[in-house]
Amino acid sequence: MELRAIHENCSGCSTCRLACAIENFKEVNPSKSLLTIEARFPAPGDYRIHICDQCGECADNCPEDAIYLKDGAFIVDPDTCTGCLICVEVCPHDVMFEQKHSDVPIKCNLCGECARTCPRDAIVLVQDIEREVA
Amino acid sequence: MIYGYAGVILRVDLSNATVRKEPLPESLAENFIGGRGFVAKMLYDEIPSGIGPYDPENMLIAATGPLTGHFLPASGKTHFGTKSPATGGYADSNMGGHFGPQMKYAGYDVLVITGKTENPSYLYINDDTVEIRPAAKYWGQGSITAEKNFKDHLGDDYQMITIGPAGENRVRYACISHDFGRQAGRTGVGAVMGSKNLKAIAVKGTGSIPVADLKEAYAKGKEAYQKVKAKPGFEGWTPEGTAGITNWTNEVGVFPTRNFQTSYAEHYKNINGKAILDRLKITDKGCFGCPTPCGKYGHTQTPSGSAYVEGPEYETIALFGGNCVLKTIEEVAYANYLCDELGIDTISAGVVIGWAIECFKKKILTRDDIGQEIDFSDLDSVVYLLNKIAKREGIGDLLAEGVKVASEKTGHGSERFAIHVKGLEWSGYECRNAPSMMLAYLTADVGAHHNRAWVLGHDVAGAWTNVHDLIASETENKAQPKAVISDRCAEYVIESQHKRSLFDALGNCRLQMMELGFEAEHYAELYSVITGMTKSWEELLKISERIWHLTRAFSVREISGFGRHLDFPPARLYEEPIADGPNQGHVISKREIDDLLTWYYTARGWNNNGIPTKETLMSVGLSGVAGDLEGG
Repeated sequence: MELRAIHENCSGCSTCRLACAIENFKEVNPSKSLLTIEARFPAPGDYRIHICDQCGECADNCPEDAIYLKDGAFIVDPDTCTGCLICVEVCPHDVMFEQKHSDVPIKCNLCGECARTCPRDAIVLVQDIEREVA
Repeated sequence: MIYGYAGVILRVDLSNATVRKEPLPESLAENFIGGRGFVAKMLYDEIPSGIGPYDPENMLIAATGPLTGHFLPASGKTHFGTKSPATGGYADSNMGGHFGPQMKYAGYDVLVITGKTENPSYLYINDDTVEIRPAAKYWGQGSITAEKNFKDHLGDDYQMITIGPAGENRVRYACISHDFGRQAGRTGVGAVMGSKNLKAIAVKGTGSIPVADLKEAYAKGKEAYQKVKAKPGFEGWTPEGTAGITNWTNEVGVFPTRNFQTSYAEHYKNINGKAILDRLKITDKGCFGCPTPCGKYGHTQTPSGSAYVEGPEYETIALFGGNCVLKTIEEVAYANYLCDELGIDTISAGVVIGWAIECFKKKILTRDDIGQEIDFSDLDSVVYLLNKIAKREGIGDLLAEGVKVASEKTGHGSERFAIHVKGLEWSGYECRNAPSMMLAYLTADVGAHHNRAWVLGHDVAGAWTNVHDLIASETENKAQPKAVISDRCAEYVIESQHKRSLFDALGNCRLQMMELGFEAEHYAELYSVITGMTKSWEELLKISERIWHLTRAFSVREISGFGRHLDFPPARLYEEPIADGPNQGHVISKREIDDLLTWYYTARGWNNNGIPTKETLMSVGLSGVAGDLEGG
């Protein structure tokens, strides 16, 4: 499974971000969300959803091999991570987050709550056939 | 800890450059809920009686509600309040978007701004950090331009409110702008902000809002989204948003046209919701948490200019497409853009300009007075006047005072067709054959605004139904029968005033209920699990009723000689039969209006002059107010 963004369906409501924070941190606090919505106004006048597609760039570039694949999601091992933040720099979607409550970077664990709660079907969970075949 | 709320009132005195954080009193939350309730209570208790709206002592309040920022459909509202530049009485204006939720994540339920800075400033809020910062380089910029420039400087994760040149120049219907197209449009809240030399407020919050039972609140929030999505209006109403009502209002003849000379515009299919989708729209644009985004963001091109713009929503279509008779959606959208950038309320502007054009056509205002010829169906006239108004140049200085003052200064009978109540210009529903809706306009606490009660369904269809079902029903341009005028009109209006206004206290959008029929009781359940203060919908409505009496009391106290005469419409609406369209020939008499007001006052427990009686005030828990009002 992987998350897929359908940008043209997004109306910028941020329901996904609030759901992410409640599901993963038990807080009504979207600043902790592990995805972002870019509002491009006044021009070109649209939204871009930035979500983790589990591309693995973070794991490939981690000098400590602290990021591993589990059930389709790349996970940061807090015991191995040294907090060098190289993964934050290399993430192509800017969804590797430094947060003040955590010593290590935090990323999407593919819980799927954003897709389940998006009222406009702008984020969907899809089967990643290529990866499953590989 | 008060669950559901951030728990803090932030007070900023611009004159003394002081910032104070106070705990939100539990009694305030319990008895006035939030949003509009907080605005009403704080204005009544704290504003020195008799001050002018532009005096530094006037308060500009931004209040959220207990539902703002939580996980439920459309929890993005912020409510602004002040002493009104439009009426001199109670004023509030609410806005969707993302500002209110961000205020709460930063830790504040309410911002109270008093005083005035010497030089242009903006208020910077980043969680605990609150600073008054210089804003001279942004002064003079349009609302949208300034928001873009502030965000380029501060970062996109700040939520902004800004004013444009109209606010800076104290145009009495200047708005507060947010998120490149959302406004607290009505009652001149932007002018009060301008009078304080406050160009903008930027807020960023990284905190969380405490919830009494988060697990249950999250489950009920998800259930609410599913129920909204299951309503027929989810697919049927959302695509066009509020503009989707344009066909219906024309086909039943309530669409203000040619400065309310008539209530039907022949070109309505060229300025309706479908025209937006076909010719303007780029994306849906929603407020925080909204499953049914009414915002339609697009691009318009006209001979007068081209622009990106959110909207037009229905009111703008009615007041520029109908009242000023702009004949294409592109033209309406361009007028919309210009208002947004200049920081002007599209409703009031459409009424003021419609009045000015009629004055010119009747030779009450001349080419010399105005500076050029102006006419209906002419975008150049609208563009010319909007720019003059925002800068208060020439004729614009008169028009910036609002249609009431402008007509009183101009005279020659122009007061008869200055369409307002108490000084606030009339919004997008013509009411000569809609007595309940007429009464709603006459008794709305801020002046002639539809926000407080919307009862056209009773007048036209004989019963209230959600807007999607109402406009989905078959209509045609046939002659409408004379609407029933009875004491039931007062009942409908009072019920709607309590229900709709309650959303403005809860800090949540009402459209999922009003337009789609999402059941009201769900909001009481959500309120209860979020705040831990268990209240039924009926109990919440009782608080809404209390707030209603309090806003009336504020206006009674602040407007000299307040009384029944201020609840009347301009003479056009009771003297001139509607010129054409489905309601051709219909008019309501002054006597019938008097009857409507009497029924309403009686049902409200107000005296014959429209003043709340001591007994009524005591009965709704406002005993402290009861002693303040004379004649009660």
